[in-house]
Amino acid sequence: MVQQKTGILNGIVLEDEVVMTLHELCDVCAVHAGFIAELVDEGVLEPAGVENSQWCFTGVSLHRVRTAKRLHQDLGVNLAGVALALELLDEVRLLRARLDRMAES
Amino acid sequence: MEYKDYYKVMGVERDATQDEIKRAYRKLARKYHPDVSKAADAEARFKEVGEAYEVLKDPEKRAAYDQLGANWKAGQEFNAPPGWDAGFEFSGGGFDSDAGAYSDFFESLFGQFRAGGQGGYSGPGPRGSLHARGGDHHARVLIDLEDAMHGVTRSIKLQVPEVDARGHVTTRERVLNVRIPKGVKQGQHIRLAGQGSPGLGKGKPGDLYLEIEFNPHSIYRVDGRDVYLDVPVTPWEAALGAAIKVPTPAGTVDMKIKPGLANGSKLRLKGRGLPAGSSGNKPGDLYVVLQITLPPAATDKAKEIYRNMQQELDFNPRTRLGV
Repeated sequence: MVQQKTGILNGIVLEDEVVMTLHELCDVCAVHAGFIAELVDEGVLEPAGVENSQWCFTGVSLHRVRTAKRLHQDLGVNLAGVALALELLDEVRLLRARLDRMAES
Repeated sequence: MEYKDYYKVMGVERDATQDEIKRAYRKLARKYHPDVSKAADAEARFKEVGEAYEVLKDPEKRAAYDQLGANWKAGQEFNAPPGWDAGFEFSGGGFDSDAGAYSDFFESLFGQFRAGGQGGYSGPGPRGSLHARGGDHHARVLIDLEDAMHGVTRSIKLQVPEVDARGHVTTRERVLNVRIPKGVKQGQHIRLAGQGSPGLGKGKPGDLYLEIEFNPHSIYRVDGRDVYLDVPVTPWEAALGAAIKVPTPAGTVDMKIKPGLANGSKLRLKGRGLPAGSSGNKPGDLYVVLQITLPPAATDKAKEIYRNMQQELDFNPRTRLGV
């Protein structure tokens, strides 16, 4: 096993700092623009801007698209199902966090 | 190398039909999908199931695997017999998932038919083209509440699967020193551009994503940027009001308590939660949750005071219960 060291890296916080165009989002997530457009239609993503060419996505979208892509590919869920799954997963996360807090106190 | 019993992994009989195998796979994939399951071994199980399905869903691969015989036990020391696949024709290509996702056992049997790929479960990147963006990598970083207050530099060790020229998968360890900025929240992601897998041809390298997770704190609970703290108070402090000292992540502060507060009352200390993140959003608040704590009736003096209260106060805490 080879070890490789680097200097200190500065990352950016996805949720706070990143704004992407449709093209950039497609590139980073390795999906077609059509896939993103369908997610927008399902209400999974809410970009700023009216037309596709003006769409602006926040960093949160990146995580959502990647999760949507995995659920779609790995489990064969269609995009309406993906939208439902994402919503339910968000809710489960909130409830789990609340449960943890209650268990602690 | 250990023998893998793909039928056992999928929970099906050796004579299961292709339909039964598909159904078993769909069920297990939903159960162990890393985006869905919170089980610690979910990703490992998901890969294992994916590998088993990769072999059993393909009648050619399944027949070749079956031909190894039914007498092998899972975990038994295994070496592929020379010429084991003679007489079987593989259509080639057709691997749905990526390199690094498969066990040595799988690689020794089917690895030579691989066309090349990337690490991580279902990493992106078009395959087959000469120029492709490298795969992204994901890792989770555990930090303390105090780290989010001030920012911190963390050393992160990554096991990177690499495919050599002969298609074998080896693991390389990379150590990255990453600055976690002040004001990050639980569940946020930090993107390190270009720190994923190298691209193919002229393709750009992938990115590395770090998901921030907070270690449980001994006294604080964190919700987004807000911080909750249980503070025990005496019955007379709650009843008469008081000025008490309260710890906050940024140091101790004095806090006034109004008279007549009930158990569980939440008092807000504005801006005393986690600091603002990099985009200039607002700092969180600190919520002090009062926990009225009774002094023990351990001495004669204390018992006498409780007896006095019993006689002097006309107090029934159960009026709402109708008794």
